[in-house]
Amino acid sequence: MTDSNIKKVLILGSGALKIGEAGEFDYSGSQALKALKEEGIETVLINPNIATVQTSEGVADKIYFLPVTPFFVEKVIQKEKPQGILLAFGGQTALNCGVALYEQKILEKYNVQVLGTPVQAIIDTEDRELFVKKLDEIDVKTIKSQACETIEAARQAARDLGYPVIIRAAYALGGLGSGFCDNEEELNKLAEKAFSFSPQVLVEKSLKGWKEIEYEVVRDRYDNCITVCNMENFDPLGIHTGESIVIAPSQTLTNSEYHKLRALAIKIIRHIGIVGECNVQYAFDPESEDYRVIEVNARLSRSSALASKATGYPLAFVAAKLGLGYGLFDLKNSVTKTTSAFFEPALDYVVCKIPRWDLGKFRGVDRELGSSMKSVGEVMAIGRTFEEAIQKGLRMIGQGLHGFVGNKELQIGDIDGALKAPTDKRILVVEKALHLGYAIDQIHDLTKIDKWFLQKLQNIRNTYIDLQKKGSLDNVDAELMRRAKIQGYTDFQIARAVGLESQIDAEEALMKVRKARKQMGIVPVVKQIDTLAAEYPAQTNYLYVTYSGVASDVKFENDDKSIIVLGSGAYRIGSSVEFDWCGVQALNTIRKEGYRSIMINYNPETVSTDYDMCDRLYFDELTFERVMDIIEMENPHGVIVSTGGQIPNNLAMRLDAENVPILGTTAKSIDNAEDRDKFSAMLDRIGVDQPAWAALTSMEDINSFIEKVGFPVLVRPSYVLSGAAMNVCSNQEELERFLKLAANVSKKHPVVVSSFIEHAKEVEMDAVAKDGEIIAYAISEHIEFAGVHSGDATIQFPPQKLYVETMRRIKKISRQIAKELNISGPFNIQYLARENDIKVIECNLRASRSFPFVSKVLKINLIEIATKIMLGIPVEKPHKNLFDLEYVGIKASQFSFNRLQKADPVLGVDMASTGEVGCLGDDTASALLCSMLSVGHRIPQKNILLSTGTGKQKAEMLDAAKTLREHGYNLYATGGTSKYLTENGIENTLVYWPSEKDMQPQALDMLHKKQIDMVVNVPKDLTAGELSNGYKIRRAAIDLNIPLITNPRLASAFINAFCNKSLDDIEIKAWGEF
Amino acid sequence: MRKVTLVLDDGTKFHGESFGYEKPVAGEVVFNTAMMGYPESLTDPSYAGQLMVLTYPLVGNYGVPAFSIEPNGIATYMESDKIHAEAIIVSDYSTEYSHWNAKESLAEWLKRELVPGITGIDTRELTKVLREHGVMMGKIIFDDEPDNVATAQYEGVNYIAKVSCKEIIRYNEGAEKKVVLVDCGVKNNIIRCLIKRNVEVIRVPWNYDFNELEFDGLFLANGPGDPDTAAEAVENIKKFLNNPVVRPCMGICMGNQLLSKAAGAKIYKLKYGHRSHNQPVRQVGTNKCFITSQNHGYAVDNNTLPADWEPLFINMNDGSNEGIRHKKNPWFSAQFHPEAASGPVDTEFMFDDFVNLL
Repeated sequence: MTDSNIKKVLILGSGALKIGEAGEFDYSGSQALKALKEEGIETVLINPNIATVQTSEGVADKIYFLPVTPFFVEKVIQKEKPQGILLAFGGQTALNCGVALYEQKILEKYNVQVLGTPVQAIIDTEDRELFVKKLDEIDVKTIKSQACETIEAARQAARDLGYPVIIRAAYALGGLGSGFCDNEEELNKLAEKAFSFSPQVLVEKSLKGWKEIEYEVVRDRYDNCITVCNMENFDPLGIHTGESIVIAPSQTLTNSEYHKLRALAIKIIRHIGIVGECNVQYAFDPESEDYRVIEVNARLSRSSALASKATGYPLAFVAAKLGLGYGLFDLKNSVTKTTSAFFEPALDYVVCKIPRWDLGKFRGVDRELGSSMKSVGEVMAIGRTFEEAIQKGLRMIGQGLHGFVGNKELQIGDIDGALKAPTDKRILVVEKALHLGYAIDQIHDLTKIDKWFLQKLQNIRNTYIDLQKKGSLDNVDAELMRRAKIQGYTDFQIARAVGLESQIDAEEALMKVRKARKQMGIVPVVKQIDTLAAEYPAQTNYLYVTYSGVASDVKFENDDKSIIVLGSGAYRIGSSVEFDWCGVQALNTIRKEGYRSIMINYNPETVSTDYDMCDRLYFDELTFERVMDIIEMENPHGVIVSTGGQIPNNLAMRLDAENVPILGTTAKSIDNAEDRDKFSAMLDRIGVDQPAWAALTSMEDINSFIEKVGFPVLVRPSYVLSGAAMNVCSNQEELERFLKLAANVSKKHPVVVSSFIEHAKEVEMDAVAKDGEIIAYAISEHIEFAGVHSGDATIQFPPQKLYVETMRRIKKISRQIAKELNISGPFNIQYLARENDIKVIECNLRASRSFPFVSKVLKINLIEIATKIMLGIPVEKPHKNLFDLEYVGIKASQFSFNRLQKADPVLGVDMASTGEVGCLGDDTASALLCSMLSVGHRIPQKNILLSTGTGKQKAEMLDAAKTLREHGYNLYATGGTSKYLTENGIENTLVYWPSEKDMQPQALDMLHKKQIDMVVNVPKDLTAGELSNGYKIRRAAIDLNIPLITNPRLASAFINAFCNKSLDDIEIKAWGEF
Repeated sequence: MRKVTLVLDDGTKFHGESFGYEKPVAGEVVFNTAMMGYPESLTDPSYAGQLMVLTYPLVGNYGVPAFSIEPNGIATYMESDKIHAEAIIVSDYSTEYSHWNAKESLAEWLKRELVPGITGIDTRELTKVLREHGVMMGKIIFDDEPDNVATAQYEGVNYIAKVSCKEIIRYNEGAEKKVVLVDCGVKNNIIRCLIKRNVEVIRVPWNYDFNELEFDGLFLANGPGDPDTAAEAVENIKKFLNNPVVRPCMGICMGNQLLSKAAGAKIYKLKYGHRSHNQPVRQVGTNKCFITSQNHGYAVDNNTLPADWEPLFINMNDGSNEGIRHKKNPWFSAQFHPEAASGPVDTEFMFDDFVNLL
């Protein structure tokens, strides 16, 4: 049945997390590896993303932290000689690489068989023209555009397609000359304009306002097909599905519509010849059963990960098995364990996915939602009413919302405009409109959101009004209380609605509601996700909490043998797959030590929310209320708050106040590190230095503080108030402008100002301690100077250029701090080092972003040790430390500026990267080259454009420029840089800034003509004026996909690496071979 | 909304609210795990005598289409001429609906057809009770009228006779091939699937002796209740099978059970039946698998099939019979619903197979 020749299989991963390609591929890759392992097949994984679970010990047999590019994959194939390769589990990165390997006949050359969907089928779905042709063959409708060269032809095309149509000028960037026409008159006007931009105009049927529906389809080699899940977008067509709220299953389709699209999906998958999984996206007319196929993804996707979590059907696992030749009928339903995997899940709950954006982190970014994806993460909420699911989801995205209602009022002028042109705030605008009395029909006309969804949102509002009318908690009867809870209200929302929160402290208020509610007997129940809507008994441990029910599906053991691990929530800039790795390591250790592991998390893109990973999975909120609900039911031995990043860390004090047993470092110690004043006082007490800082409440105080410490300063406005980023201010004018813009300095909302130390090295200490004594540690060094956020910096471990004296001092200070805070568990301290002068920047008593990186480089699992310590199990100090390593690991950051239109791709004190990779090498050059290539850099062919910042920065780059010349590169440089290079005897060509309009050659022209292979553009500082000067060049580099580096130290390191080391000289070594 | 209580025969109570017609009602409580298709299910005659529990919690979202009748006498959207279920039991009835094709809300329709509907029930917990205990009789009682209680009996009652047509109805008259359709409670989509393939359909009452008619093939429809109550139909089918002139025959659901009985096999009652859109079946002896729509409480005992018959399909979850066929003659049947409506349409090819044999 299966192919017995396949003994070793290569899997391609998706590399660093980026917008559009994130944690979902860690999940799907991990599942595929599990499926292969079960078959006794040896697995080889190529994935430079060192923070993932799939690149952990024991998941794959061999792991290569190398770029997923044809060059490196061929090298690995040469070395490993696999019989098969899986291309569908590493997103677009793996798929593109696979197609390239196929087209370059590399797979053929080494006789490597593609398992699952054949490459030709992939090509048929990826190439737009082939795709349309393929679906034409079976009379399935696609979105087609007709190219016209005259107005008459455009009119004819529009008549054929039927109005409304959309007109686009061909070859015009940025949508110039495009628009919608409802009739011929409008078409005449628009077409004329479009022809002025371009000789060719594309006419396309407008599907504005159509519903967007997706199906996840599975097919085996025997032609058996199932659709595992369908999903409906809350937002109509026009907003990328990654930007849309998505509901599963569809809510507004009739039986006839659902099965029409289902049958089409099966017809398509059969015709294309998928073996495994794919997804089919439709545009669906809200006024008839007319449809268009938007696209087919012939691989596991973000939607398939969501569908797996939404249904409990392990799509990636099954797809991998089908790739090996199994039939669906050979496999069992992994939830019931008794019924067949050939079935379609029946849900008895509703699922709501909501994207998480971080647009506030980017300068100048376009906030409007459209056809390209900008969100950096997502959450999935489960409920038994739509109201419950969406309110849960809005809290889960972690941007300060309490649900759909009861939030801080959104300040917005033009409601109609905001409803028509949605931004990341869209759902809040809908709430505001309902609040202002807009009718459902009116909102529907402006947004085209189906009225059913709007009515459900109105229900939530109505309950809020009913609560408000009661005026006090005492007047709320059990019926209204229950209704509110069934609609997903938190105790806090209820407290706010009845006015309690304005009278007493917020926390006190919600505890009062909680108490009153429990007295009424209104408590939540726990339900299982069992794939068959309770039709068959299931042993599933996949759970959610709801108020829509009278009984729980599970029993609670109360045996003091369970440990709850709090997860990390939505992926966002600053908290992503690395914390999922930490959570999963904690779960593994808990199980190994004979305890039952319980995970609470709600991110569908993670491995920690795979119900195989723990004994119980609560796919639910990480709010204080929900965590307490679960703790009260489970009555665990203890709770781990230190492996899930900041969300669980922030809950520590409140859980402690409720006498929840927090394992490891005490909540009080966590607070002593988190609270700036307390931490600072402690450092003073133990004689440890820190940059001067103060929390200030008036402009005069700020000025007098700066008089003492001098510019530049780092300014952090009160996040609660403005949500604005922190910023470095170099002079008075900048400071005043920034404060006026971003913060209202007041008594209630102080601004934290600290002295900013330039040209200092940043050093990280990741460590684990037991009762205040450090057991294991890793010190790593940033390549960039301080000023680049540690999440954006390029980090080398072990340190390559740090004084021994510095290391010794850092160890000593870390020991002092660990002792003082009596740490038991993971922690991280960030240091500034200039010469041997060491200052502490901050300290977190939890695992940090770099734990997986240092653990894997060191080959000592710091989380495993930390978890054992937290469980009270004796641990020994590891026998080796970083000084024993004969290789180096380099972690580089992945940026997604290409997805964020108009954003300035410059790095600062606020984090901007969406992901990271970590590569190993016998020397720094090898490791750096691999990691830089993994995050999208290329080794330039010939021409390099330099603008290298201030005098000091220019000097820093001088050697690198010299090296480039020596290696035959042509240097192009803007004014100051060119002059400096020439003065130093380095040949270069002067090019002009965009502001120097009439001069030639223009830097921008060269970029547009693709004459430049790499751009090094270093802003002198982060002042507005300086930034706008280089912005156009940086942005053009991003938009034209030309590698860009904005930091002189990183640029120098990279240039030295590629000049002194050729790719062919990099030794191809698996992780285990270092 | 008035408060109601659902009381099961074992004494279990569930509290909810009425959103349909307000009258106490009793019947066999069965659960259906389909996620959509409530207009089709409610009008499926096979639900006669039953209180239908939907496990998917959100119901009523897309309202109800017009109850219009096509020129051929068949309802445009519905599966029969009225609601047959005794009541519908849901978790979260959607008072507002949204769909271009909707003419009224589910509540309005239920009220018009005098059928109770209740909401606010933990239908997952209710389903678990039914799963563990097996199907049970149950009553819906209005809390403010505790003494007004309906009674009902299900087993042994001939529901087929109640829902079958009373006289012969012909569709698509004059077509080349004629098919007798034994109406045990036929769903409209079976008739639609046949006339779409351009045959004349002679719909006869369940106990009509069709052997006297002139026809090219026999179609045995679905229907409610206990197949043992339909002895007369079985006798007529036996006559057909014994006729030296061999003509094709296809059965669906009740039709599968009656054909099996006529062949000599035995029927048993399932603990809680199959009512859903996601039942996997495998064609015996092949690698062909299908997702099917099902609605039945009884099944054919595979072990009792006589020697010249064999199972055609097997349920991949519990191994129960999903269809039979004769080893030589063109007689076959499906326990599932190839006509779907509601549910997946993957097995509609069986109608082609049948019509091609005529």
